[in-house]
Amino acid sequence: MSIFIYGLTQSVTLMLYGYGFSLVYGISGIANFAHGGFYVLGGYITWCIINLLGLSQFTSAVLTVLIMGFLGFVFYWGILLRIRGIILSELVITFVAGIAILEFLNWKGLYGFYYNLLPFVEGDITVGEVSVDYQRLIVLCSGAVLAGLMWLFVHHTKIGLSFRGIAQEERTALSLGIESDWVGSLSMALGSALAAVAAILILPLGVLEANVGYEVLIYAVTVAIVGGLESTPGMVLASFIIGFGQILVAEFIGSSWMIIVPLATIVVILALRPSGLFGKFKELEERV
Amino acid sequence: MDKSEKTQFRRERLDRGIKARTDTIYAIASFRDMLYLILPRVLPLVLMVVLPLLLGEYWRKVVCYAAVYGLLALSWDFLGAIGLFSLGQALFFGVGAYMAGALNLYFEWPIYYTLPAATLGGALFCTLLLTPVIRLKGVYFAMVTIVIPILFSRTIVAGGIFGGTHGIVNLTPFKSDLLAEYLILFALIGCLFAFRRVIGEDYGLVMHAIRDDDRAVMSAGINIYWRKVQALFVASAVGCLAGAFMCHNYQFVGPSAFSLDYSLLPLAAAALGGPGTFVGAVLGSAILIPLSEALRDFGGLRMVFYCLILIASMILLPEGIFHYIARKYHQFERTVKI
Repeated sequence: MSIFIYGLTQSVTLMLYGYGFSLVYGISGIANFAHGGFYVLGGYITWCIINLLGLSQFTSAVLTVLIMGFLGFVFYWGILLRIRGIILSELVITFVAGIAILEFLNWKGLYGFYYNLLPFVEGDITVGEVSVDYQRLIVLCSGAVLAGLMWLFVHHTKIGLSFRGIAQEERTALSLGIESDWVGSLSMALGSALAAVAAILILPLGVLEANVGYEVLIYAVTVAIVGGLESTPGMVLASFIIGFGQILVAEFIGSSWMIIVPLATIVVILALRPSGLFGKFKELEERV
Repeated sequence: MDKSEKTQFRRERLDRGIKARTDTIYAIASFRDMLYLILPRVLPLVLMVVLPLLLGEYWRKVVCYAAVYGLLALSWDFLGAIGLFSLGQALFFGVGAYMAGALNLYFEWPIYYTLPAATLGGALFCTLLLTPVIRLKGVYFAMVTIVIPILFSRTIVAGGIFGGTHGIVNLTPFKSDLLAEYLILFALIGCLFAFRRVIGEDYGLVMHAIRDDDRAVMSAGINIYWRKVQALFVASAVGCLAGAFMCHNYQFVGPSAFSLDYSLLPLAAAALGGPGTFVGAVLGSAILIPLSEALRDFGGLRMVFYCLILIASMILLPEGIFHYIARKYHQFERTVKI
């Protein structure tokens, strides 16, 4: 039972990590390696708003998501647009921007236990014989709700549809009047907002440290790659496989081996089925 | 006057006369032409010989460090020339370092054996390891290569292999610092000139063709996978040499040999210097590594400034420094009326 519950939370956590990354890559084709940086920055901004401005937890969460969305937009519009198409530069710049954010926060003293976000609701509930704190339940529920909302968004709103248009066939979408720079910036904004949402939900379970960012990045990349870079269902499935895999390994082998699971999965999946579990578009293109 | 008839100007680039002349046999006609050809090739050589003699001990170490990163950047660029976009130079570095360290400690081999053994053996190991994923292209190959070094370092820590977190210590140092510096600098220069020669030959032409259109090369009856394996072997040999050198230089090798720095800095160096030219890779590391030392005064903010400078220079000069310099050297610009 405990394996089931912890596996479930771990899986949803991974899904939340990966959502923003996979969205941005699917739409604008930019592997945003600053994702981990955005995640921690989101947590830090929330902490600042709560503790320095003294606003309530809910208001600051909403504010943070808005601020992070705006920052993501600026990041794409101001920086990435100038070197779009030079894959090497895109990669180096997103990576380096992520490191810059994390190192800056490290310098601000973002390690240890001083900075932490409180859970939304204190206390726990016993399911079977395992006690689960409410925050984990909130993570579970909001993960499910978020996945549903995102599905509705990309299938039934105008912006969402234009996202999918650009993702599927950029030139055709352009000829139909969808502007790819604009959509790319919006996707980056949404991606960073999702990173902030993940941070606000998940960080109360652990500590707010700059070094968390690197781990989040590894997980986000793994989940997105294993699932197939443009496929959301694939990503969800991948996070469940890896999440449960991790919990099983922690239970039977030792928790220091947990990080090995996603890394080994990524190597195996890419060697056997390079376009990921559900990826279809890129199959012919990426593999001769 | 109609607005559309306003005179417009555009910039035009033309080869310098001396460039056109020296492309042919007439280069030997004048001393100036010969200088034009020889200077860019001899200057780095002279610089490499003189630098270790001029600098103090601290900056000599920095030069050493820059040369190691230069080797890694060269290895990255060589893979890039055949279209393999690698993010895992740390794999080569770490494998070379661990192999040399293990041979030195457990079998008590002297340095002259460990260096070549780790270079060739490590290259063989990395090539065998990466051959299954050689069919991958673009970001997918990059992802595999970024993950494998992390996987290795975590396995070493979790499993306590090769001394686990503490690593292998008390390795044989080089006899003298100067010897070590010249060794690595000449390895760097040797690789640089060899790679530039290879890429100018037919062999390099095939490599570029594989990068640009692999199916066309296949239809020409060339086995592209065998070529990729060869390129992988060469690139990993260079990376392993850098690792083997570094482990003897530090007299220590630990899981940090697989750290992300060794993958990312060479990449940034190549991107800054101008990818695809090999000189750019060396130039980039010759700028980035001393820069990171010079920023040490900023303490915790060092990495932040470093990253910001890198981002700014990549936006301002997207083609890379070497492309820019080469253009200025060979061509002049003028404004012409349209």
